[in-house]
Amino acid sequence: MMLVLAALGVWAIGWGVNIWVSHQKPGRWQSVVSATVFGVTAVIMWQLVVTGLEVSPVILPPPSMIFTAFVSSTDILWADFIQTFVKGALSGYVIGCSAAFLTALAIDRSNFLKRGLLPIGNFVAALPIIGMAPILVMWFGFDWQSKAAVVVVMIFFPVLVNTVQGLDAAGKMQRDLMHTYAAGYWQSLFKLRLPAAAPFIFNGLKIASTLALIGAIVAEFFGSPIVGMGFRISTGAGRLELDLVWAEIVVAAIAGSAFYGIVALIERKATFWHPSQRK
Amino acid sequence: MARNDPDSNRAPAETVISASNLSLTFETNDGPVHALKDVDLTINRGEFVSFIGPSGCGKTTFLRVLADLEQPTGGSVSVNGMTPREARMKRAYGFVFQAAGLYPWRTIAGNIKLPLEIMGLSKSEQNERVQKVLELVHLDGFGKKFPWQLSGGMQQRASIARALGFDADILLMDEPFGALDEIVRDHLNEQLLELWAKTNKTIGFVTHSIPEAVYLSTKIVVMSPRPGRVREVIESSLPRERPLDIRESAEFLAIAHRVREGLRGGHDDG
Repeated sequence: MMLVLAALGVWAIGWGVNIWVSHQKPGRWQSVVSATVFGVTAVIMWQLVVTGLEVSPVILPPPSMIFTAFVSSTDILWADFIQTFVKGALSGYVIGCSAAFLTALAIDRSNFLKRGLLPIGNFVAALPIIGMAPILVMWFGFDWQSKAAVVVVMIFFPVLVNTVQGLDAAGKMQRDLMHTYAAGYWQSLFKLRLPAAAPFIFNGLKIASTLALIGAIVAEFFGSPIVGMGFRISTGAGRLELDLVWAEIVVAAIAGSAFYGIVALIERKATFWHPSQRK
Repeated sequence: MARNDPDSNRAPAETVISASNLSLTFETNDGPVHALKDVDLTINRGEFVSFIGPSGCGKTTFLRVLADLEQPTGGSVSVNGMTPREARMKRAYGFVFQAAGLYPWRTIAGNIKLPLEIMGLSKSEQNERVQKVLELVHLDGFGKKFPWQLSGGMQQRASIARALGFDADILLMDEPFGALDEIVRDHLNEQLLELWAKTNKTIGFVTHSIPEAVYLSTKIVVMSPRPGRVREVIESSLPRERPLDIRESAEFLAIAHRVREGLRGGHDDG
């Protein structure tokens, strides 16, 4: 009971610190500090409440236990990370995004494709990924290739739709301007339409970055070699090694946020001119 | 500053733009709209021609036909002795739109370079021209700024610089100062005249404003709507050298009055 009370005390302190932070002069550090304080408070409270109420580690292990599992099985986690994130998610992401981008260019050039391919893209996007994954595993085998294929199917449509929409983003006047310069298709594309489309394309890339990891992990539930984050999560849960499962979840959370963050950072550099990015 | 002797410009009276029986009908869901009907017009080298008239009189459409942005449905038109399409492919004109339309991902200098890059000029030539036109529109030192860091008037000047950059003989301007306030507008009008005197270009200029048209032009084309046609062509008797206060002279007011009468006649018919 003492530990639960201590948890409430930590919560009060965390709250107090954040109120103090939010009353300081505004700056970039504030959001970082308040987020950190919030996270640290939550983790400490989790630890205190779980040990204080003697919650079974199968239901929810304390952070200290997850941390121990994390440190003692870094080689397993690393191998799983390479298998699932680098080989499955990342290669699927690159293939899916490039394919969607090139398809968008083709669709944009031809009205026929616009009428034919967009509905097919719509149709593929509507397929439940849980239903598609076992089939793709059968087609492409247990290794990372099938995971990449699931990722491609998942991210193709959001990137395609955003890119097609982006290619329409350049205003009529800006196109007329290119016309008066007697610019060719490729010149207009590279000097006007792609830069104008960039905010839309990055939107698609950001959505795809979160979908890619989910797709790669879920696909492993339907068959994988004895390595991979999804494999570890499903077998770990079966063996009641919940601390290892949680350690994988921590890896997935870190990798997923870092991936999204990197894409968002590139977006910031590439579309600095857009009203939403101007400082 | 080089001054142009008026006579040296007018003497050869070389035709740059000519339209005869020019018509353009837009097919819309509500039936055909006659944007232009039987327009005959000749513009000589070095002239500053304003098109004025109420909305829907086809003044912008006429300019866009010259720029090959609209296709006429009847009659003929030539720009520098070529069809508008050939003239466009040879970059015979610079076009200034109602809004500056600068690309926000390019600096001011980068925007002015855009047509030069498309034309395939060398880097050094590009930089040289950018510097020259930035000085012409009094924007030197702003080349590294982004469009959204400048005021509306400065943006419009940059867009004029962009149209001047590739040194076409003809400058077509579609209500370039329409969105600016009166004070900035006066200032830019003055600078435009100065620029015209320096470069001796042929300028086609669409406007809603009678004082602006009279102040700038050597020739004022009064148009009337539905169908869009030329109602009257008024040759200005004002000297080419025009200080701002010329707008209070009797001669100026007389021309403005003629334009106003012309516009009124157009309304009665429409």
